[in-house]
Amino acid sequence: MIDWWRRSLVMVVKELLQLSRDPVLLAVLAWFFTADIYVAGSGISMDLRKASMTVVDLDQSEASRELIDRFRMPYFNVREEVLSGRAATAGLDRGTRMLALEIPPHFQRDLDEGQTAGVLLQVDTTNTMLGTLATSYAGQILARYTTDRALEQLGLSDLQLASLPRIEEQRRVWYNPNQITPWFMSISELMTVITMLSLMLPAAAAVREKERGTIEQLAVSPLTPFQILFPKVVAMTLAILAGTAVALFGILLPVFHVPVKGSLTLFFAVTALYVVAVSGLGLFIATIARNLGQVSMLVIVVLMPMLLLSGAWTPPEAMPWALRQIMVISPLYWFIELGYGILLKGAGLDILWDSVLGLAILGAVIFAFGVLRFKRQFG
Amino acid sequence: MNLTRVAAVAHKEWREIIRDRLFFGMAFGVPLLIMLVLGYGLSLDVENIPFAVVDYDRSELSRDYIHQFSDSRYFHYLGEARNEEELARLLADSRIRLALVIPERFQERLLGDRPVAVQALIDGMFPYRAQTTKGYLAAINGRLNQELLVDYLARRQGLTPERAERLVAPVRLEQRYLYNQAIKSDWSMAPGLMMLVLMVSPPFLTALGVVREKESGSIYNIYASTVTRGEFIVGKLLPYALVSAFNILVLWVVAMGLFGAPFKGHAGFFYLASVVYVICTAGIGLLISILVRTQVAAVLLTMVLTFIPAMIYSGFLVPVESMTPQAQMQARSFPPYYYLQIVWGAFLKGQGWHELWMPVVVLAVYALGLWSLGLALFRKRPRR
Repeated sequence: MIDWWRRSLVMVVKELLQLSRDPVLLAVLAWFFTADIYVAGSGISMDLRKASMTVVDLDQSEASRELIDRFRMPYFNVREEVLSGRAATAGLDRGTRMLALEIPPHFQRDLDEGQTAGVLLQVDTTNTMLGTLATSYAGQILARYTTDRALEQLGLSDLQLASLPRIEEQRRVWYNPNQITPWFMSISELMTVITMLSLMLPAAAAVREKERGTIEQLAVSPLTPFQILFPKVVAMTLAILAGTAVALFGILLPVFHVPVKGSLTLFFAVTALYVVAVSGLGLFIATIARNLGQVSMLVIVVLMPMLLLSGAWTPPEAMPWALRQIMVISPLYWFIELGYGILLKGAGLDILWDSVLGLAILGAVIFAFGVLRFKRQFG
Repeated sequence: MNLTRVAAVAHKEWREIIRDRLFFGMAFGVPLLIMLVLGYGLSLDVENIPFAVVDYDRSELSRDYIHQFSDSRYFHYLGEARNEEELARLLADSRIRLALVIPERFQERLLGDRPVAVQALIDGMFPYRAQTTKGYLAAINGRLNQELLVDYLARRQGLTPERAERLVAPVRLEQRYLYNQAIKSDWSMAPGLMMLVLMVSPPFLTALGVVREKESGSIYNIYASTVTRGEFIVGKLLPYALVSAFNILVLWVVAMGLFGAPFKGHAGFFYLASVVYVICTAGIGLLISILVRTQVAAVLLTMVLTFIPAMIYSGFLVPVESMTPQAQMQARSFPPYYYLQIVWGAFLKGQGWHELWMPVVVLAVYALGLWSLGLALFRKRPRR
């Protein structure tokens, strides 16, 4: 038994040594956990900022001026006023303006006479995210303008306003009250990096032995297939956890001021679990592929859908029903809930136990499957 | 440059690609697969936001209020919770993204012409989703308030409902969505994915092609041969460039045929611009292959250098306009930013040479720079 552990330990050391002797790879790893996360997290805002806007004011009245005035920073940036709708559309066509607001003639007169007046808002929705937000904000601005104007016309005093039947919205955004995008992006990118590496590194380490033929040496040594594979995973997990610590304490906390509300021990434990689970997937890939070219192709095939459909970049709720069901077998799906839950929301095991269990079961199944296939090839 | 030798190297490389069945299949299959999976699955629409409610009032009006949300396709009703603590747990567990708390005497106050406060808790983890949720929330509450006000005026001031309605909502907003009328993600998504796939796959092929020879040692045959650096690089990468040039067509057909994206531009122009882009991204792969020695390092480096710029800095998910000046500079220094303008312009806006010559020229300059740099750095006599 002691021999068994000692041999495994020797293998772990061998893997770590091998990793440390590829300086370019180490540099790439360092880049991943620092600069890459910084680049992804900094300067990006998933919010509408200064959307450039053209205004066509055919009324030139007090009422129209007041409406235009409400489209202001930080969301909108009224760049200029033009004289015709055609000139406004030209700006949209060139892609230099995103919105065009057109106020018809007799706008104020219609309002004063109690007639309905229509304003036209043209939105460039080429970018779905921007288009959705711009439409939503513009709608809110206009709704508020309308209500204010109606109340003013009715001549209701503030006291009377308090006795109107209305629903007052007390809105609170939890966990990230000011919607600071870098918090989201940096954690998301850290998870992406962890996923990429846990898939690639063990798979590459296993296939490299196949490609070079050194696997034959290991096969005749007193090591079981599990003892050959598991140390690789352990070594890579150690390296990835070290990198995660660097990213967390070197970038996320000091640069982006991500508030860590939960237990860091739990976060690292969950990360280790996740890395092992994904490594199992990597080992499975290593059994299919014969060389690194094939490995990297297969890794992309697995990685891309996993990254883009698990909710790391886009809201997962809106995906088609069938895909949402399939994503349950993606370890990243669980890891995202757990990671954000622990780091941003401060959730503990009492709340997250079911996700941890899900990840553990999924990881065990994947890993066992990977080892089993490898055993059949070299057992 | 001796064309016979270029052809010989290219021929040898082509043979190697074909003989590795899995690699060959995936060189064509991977881009297609990514396009299909992401095209069907990736959606930026914020819909089906799961939410739960604590209803302390349990009246007809409070149930009506909940129905306003549960009947909307933007929200997905998961039921009632007992109290706020349970809502907090559900939010922390990411089961729900929105929680509503309806106070006691909700109905009584509204019927008695008094304001009532409804609490809404939003999960702010994903800022875009939180912002959009806020918008939906404001829209629903705004509409209800208008109805309440119309009703109030009709009762109290004896106005006809039509007159009251005109008084309350005098301005009608007509929104016109240009270029992507249904704000369907698919239309802008499918062409956008072409940008992503063509950014990621060509550099992988080229980087692996060169580094594989380095790692296995067969590159020494080249070092010892009469083939010059330029001939080797051009011949080596020609097959991969052709594969990618073919993939452009496949992706194009998928974008239009399967995802129904309209193509309004000039086909010849678009294909030419796409080939320039592919040559450019393949150049990134070439440069990577010269910098690294092992295939693992090549693959990882390619991922960082292509994926992040394509996803984040292209304007595909996050608009470049709303970035900080520093991030905008970064965006403008990566090729995907320019190609995305070309793709969206050609597909959705029907633009051609006239409007888009600038990004094409930038891409061409970029490609030229990358390839010259690659050529200058490639040494037949490794210093080691």
